[in-house]
Amino acid sequence: MIYGLVQPDAGQMVLRGAPYHPHRPSEARQKGVAMVFQHFSLFDALNVAENVALGMENPPPMGELAGQIRKVSSTYGLPLDPARLVGDLSAGERQRVEIVRCLLQDPKLLIMDEPTSVLTPQEVEILFRTLRQLSAEGTAILYISHKLEEIRSLCDTATILRRGKVVASCNPREKSARELAELMVGQILTPPARAEHTPGELRLEVSGLSVASPNPFGTSLKNISFQLRGGEVLGIAGVAGNGQDELLLALSGEITTQAGRVKIKGQPAGNLGPNERRALGLVSAPEERLGHAAAPDMSLSENALLSGNLRQGLSSGGFINWAKVETFAAEIIKAFDVRTPGTHVAARALSGGNLQKFVLGREILQNPDIIVVNQPTWGVDAAAAATIRQALLDLSAKGAAVVVISQDLDELLEVADSFAALNEGSLSALRPARGLSVDQIGLMMGGAHGLPETPALAPKPEEARL
Amino acid sequence: MIRLEKRPTPSRTWVAVTPVLAVLLTMIAGGLMFWALGKNPFEAIRTIFWDPLFNEQFAAYSRPQLLVKAGPLILIAIGLSLGFRAGIWNIGAEGQYIMGAIAGAAVGLYFYPEPGWHIFPLMVAAGLVGGMLWGLIPGLLKVWFGTNEILVSLLLVYVAESLLAAMAIGKMKNPDGGGFPGSRNFAKYEASANPELIAGTGMHLGVVTAFIAVIAAYVLLQRHMLGYNIRLTGQAPRAARFSGVSPAALVLICMGASGALAGMAGLFEVTGPGGQISIDFASGYGFTAVIVALLGRLNPIGILLAGLLLALTYIGGELAQFMLSLPKASIQAFQGMLLFFLLALDLLSNYRIRLARREVAR
Amino acid sequence: MNLSAIDFWILTASLIVASTPILLAGLGELVVERAGVLNLGVEGMMITGAIAGFATAVHSGSPLIGFAGGAAAGAAMSLIFAVLTQYLLANQMATGLALTLFGLGFSALVGQGYVGAKPPMMGKLDLGPLSDIPGFGVAFFRHDLMVYLSFAAVVAIWYFLSRTRAGLVLRAVGENHDAAHALGYKVVRIRILAIMFGGAMAGLGGAYLSLIRVPLWTEGMTSGAGWIAVALVVFASWKPGRLLLGAWIFGGITVLQLNLQVAGVQIPTEYLSMSPYLITILVLVVMSAMGGRKAKGAPGALGRSFHATH
Repeated sequence: MIYGLVQPDAGQMVLRGAPYHPHRPSEARQKGVAMVFQHFSLFDALNVAENVALGMENPPPMGELAGQIRKVSSTYGLPLDPARLVGDLSAGERQRVEIVRCLLQDPKLLIMDEPTSVLTPQEVEILFRTLRQLSAEGTAILYISHKLEEIRSLCDTATILRRGKVVASCNPREKSARELAELMVGQILTPPARAEHTPGELRLEVSGLSVASPNPFGTSLKNISFQLRGGEVLGIAGVAGNGQDELLLALSGEITTQAGRVKIKGQPAGNLGPNERRALGLVSAPEERLGHAAAPDMSLSENALLSGNLRQGLSSGGFINWAKVETFAAEIIKAFDVRTPGTHVAARALSGGNLQKFVLGREILQNPDIIVVNQPTWGVDAAAAATIRQALLDLSAKGAAVVVISQDLDELLEVADSFAALNEGSLSALRPARGLSVDQIGLMMGGAHGLPETPALAPKPEEARL
Repeated sequence: MIRLEKRPTPSRTWVAVTPVLAVLLTMIAGGLMFWALGKNPFEAIRTIFWDPLFNEQFAAYSRPQLLVKAGPLILIAIGLSLGFRAGIWNIGAEGQYIMGAIAGAAVGLYFYPEPGWHIFPLMVAAGLVGGMLWGLIPGLLKVWFGTNEILVSLLLVYVAESLLAAMAIGKMKNPDGGGFPGSRNFAKYEASANPELIAGTGMHLGVVTAFIAVIAAYVLLQRHMLGYNIRLTGQAPRAARFSGVSPAALVLICMGASGALAGMAGLFEVTGPGGQISIDFASGYGFTAVIVALLGRLNPIGILLAGLLLALTYIGGELAQFMLSLPKASIQAFQGMLLFFLLALDLLSNYRIRLARREVAR
Repeated sequence: MNLSAIDFWILTASLIVASTPILLAGLGELVVERAGVLNLGVEGMMITGAIAGFATAVHSGSPLIGFAGGAAAGAAMSLIFAVLTQYLLANQMATGLALTLFGLGFSALVGQGYVGAKPPMMGKLDLGPLSDIPGFGVAFFRHDLMVYLSFAAVVAIWYFLSRTRAGLVLRAVGENHDAAHALGYKVVRIRILAIMFGGAMAGLGGAYLSLIRVPLWTEGMTSGAGWIAVALVVFASWKPGRLLLGAWIFGGITVLQLNLQVAGVQIPTEYLSMSPYLITILVLVVMSAMGGRKAKGAPGALGRSFHATH
């Protein structure tokens, strides 16, 4: 709304003492408001300079602009090559493009929506240094985030929103993270219980797995190897776009390789498709719920059939037994407390958390020996996230091998026994999760992003203001 | 200000009502078009939609024609609808129809003038295979190289048309035809004829096959995993791959099946109502079938009704040509218009239309 | 058989004439697709342009006014497509197809009275000494105004797309309409303008067929030229320069097979007249077989409907 994309129903905004009601983003930009989006507003097939030009009101000629980009980006410790295609950049670099685009317009107010969700801890440090520097130079920063530690370390005032309403305003440094969390969620949270267990037999072996990405701007997997036993939970961390999707596809069977690269319970399975792997006991849940894990316009029962057909015996001789499908769908809804009027509802009508519970429930209820999930709690409310994590832990307690790919480090530390990080398609060595610090994980995740050590920019104690 | 809001599930009512509404709007717009051409709009609409069925003078000839024309339309459209549902756009059914006819005709001419009950089934099989292979060309090119199947299948129509002309005046020309282009008449050669099964109904084997295809497609889509996979691929291709559907296999199945049905339609036509391979054998059924498939909402029952309706416009168009000297092409324009209205009204099934109220700030 | 009757320079000259209709239509479609819209109705817009251009030229007696009429009719047809796909969010493939079916029928309807009519002739531009260059001059400098305009259009569209801000915005819209919308660009408005430009160019291409290349009006006279224009855009990897090359290759094949027919080669004419379509398919296959599919420059949002949710 501040950026002029949406018009207010009521009330007014004041910018630098004058009433402010932008009708469109260009107007907002003219008034000195710039925004860095959560989901990047970038164009893969255009180069950095063209992307920057698109976000500016009156961009100078391309040659001149390229020079400016180099200058600004080095001033703030965000190196960028104006001629590179944005699609080839890493997530961190792409965010730099957004920030540089904002900075070139000399903003008075910079809006950032969840900027760190795609960054390694080290990249976050660099970003914070830049923001502190900007704030010291007199730019106001509106920082939207659900990561409480970030707010506490960066911001001067915090306003907490719950369901579109302001519930509190405070100085975040005077509150603990827990107090802030409870303001945000509105209830007291309990971490999931972790049962003691002994590792079982070898379930999943991956050796020397290299896969080209099916996506032109995706990340190819490079020589990935790991082993996983029954009852074990492997957490795989990594910043978005480092091969998570590709790893899931290669494990689920959507991408096939040589047979020996992936072994399920000792059987070579690299060349098998998703259904053959399901038959061997491996199920998976991709990150994208709508369109990948579930068909948006199909009913929940049809979606139950989507991956449940084989293990649940929902069809015979190719003919579907709809009564059985209904029963299975109803079972998922009941077991995972999916809030929906019934099995006939289209998947797209469910909220993110409910659909995620349905999707994971569908896989978990198939009693797999191995389950691979990618970002199981992405965009899911706290209560549903807790249910999902608990269900994964319960499954592992029953002896299944669990692979959790996630960007959420806290989540991984909560559920994982062993831990590895994906970086530009390579997987680090597995480490026991117990005793790892966030810093160590950050180094595992980051290392190879080509981030130069930025010169110390002398962060001032006085920080972001609103 | 008008705003659109996506419905959580497509409205079933609107899905059923929009085709009817589209037909009504087309009648109005078509009437206006005829009026602009200096014809009486009411008379024109009546001649197209009413007279073929209920006017004593014409109905005796027209009524059987309804099934004769609807048969191939339905048969082709059923095949196309499978692909369209899966997001595979075979636009070249006209070519597959021609190739089916040529392949079947070749078998028939090979046996001529032998008698034998086995000849006709062999011709049907040849027609099926001919159409299927022609349909598999764009399918295989898509699977192997990722070539756009819309363009290839369409360009192959022009190739098939040239081939048809070459056959009619060359290899398949009737040696007893007095030098006129066109093959021997299959309808008059007993072993290859596809006659009316019940006199005066227009019902021939092609029509029967079309009805069987409707039922088979219905069962396939409602009850069978292949039908489910087709629907899934069309709605969410990535989810289909996750589910274990092989996109390549599905492309080949859909292109092959739609080609086979179109080829059979061509064969039944050349041995029945068409009679012979001639330069003007192809009459645009392959393209009209696209409209039939879409108008029928890719639903087998819908296609059955839409096929009958468009067959009616064909016959009505001929009648109007004869009675009101309306140009033949006006029917094609009419059919195009029908598709426009249908596509425009589709909005109502997927979106709710909201007036004025501004959106709540996010 | 007499192949010596085929003169290389005259062949080149007729190649250019034969390629002009698809070049014009292809350039229009290229801009449309760069804006992220797949309009498969080129054939329908071309044939509408052909009859409208023919009719206006016959009535006004001026081929130039005829071309304007053709362009206007093509743009009007494309407006139907624009409204259906941009406001009513109809499927672009189905709508394009409907446009083609409607255009073929509608043009035949309107064109009834014009079968057999003779259009006013368009004079060749006299380029003085350039036209007199032996060989080369015959091939390149003895054409009508439209041929030179089509060359100019290649350069202008290249400049527009790669060097101007408006062109950059158009490409951005075609690449990622959500991001373009987030930055405040009017996705729908830009696309409608692009679609109308594409319609006008297809109309010009059609008018060139009926006024200069043939020059007569017959039903269905485009016979697939519009589809070939769409295929050319893929061949050209969405680049104007390569589109010119593709149009020439196609024009060359058309002219060559016509000349072979005239020269009495021992192949039935029906087989020769298949060749342009077969070659187009072959070119499509080669293009799609080479290199990564998406990486060849297809606009990211091609064919997808855009509906702003906020």
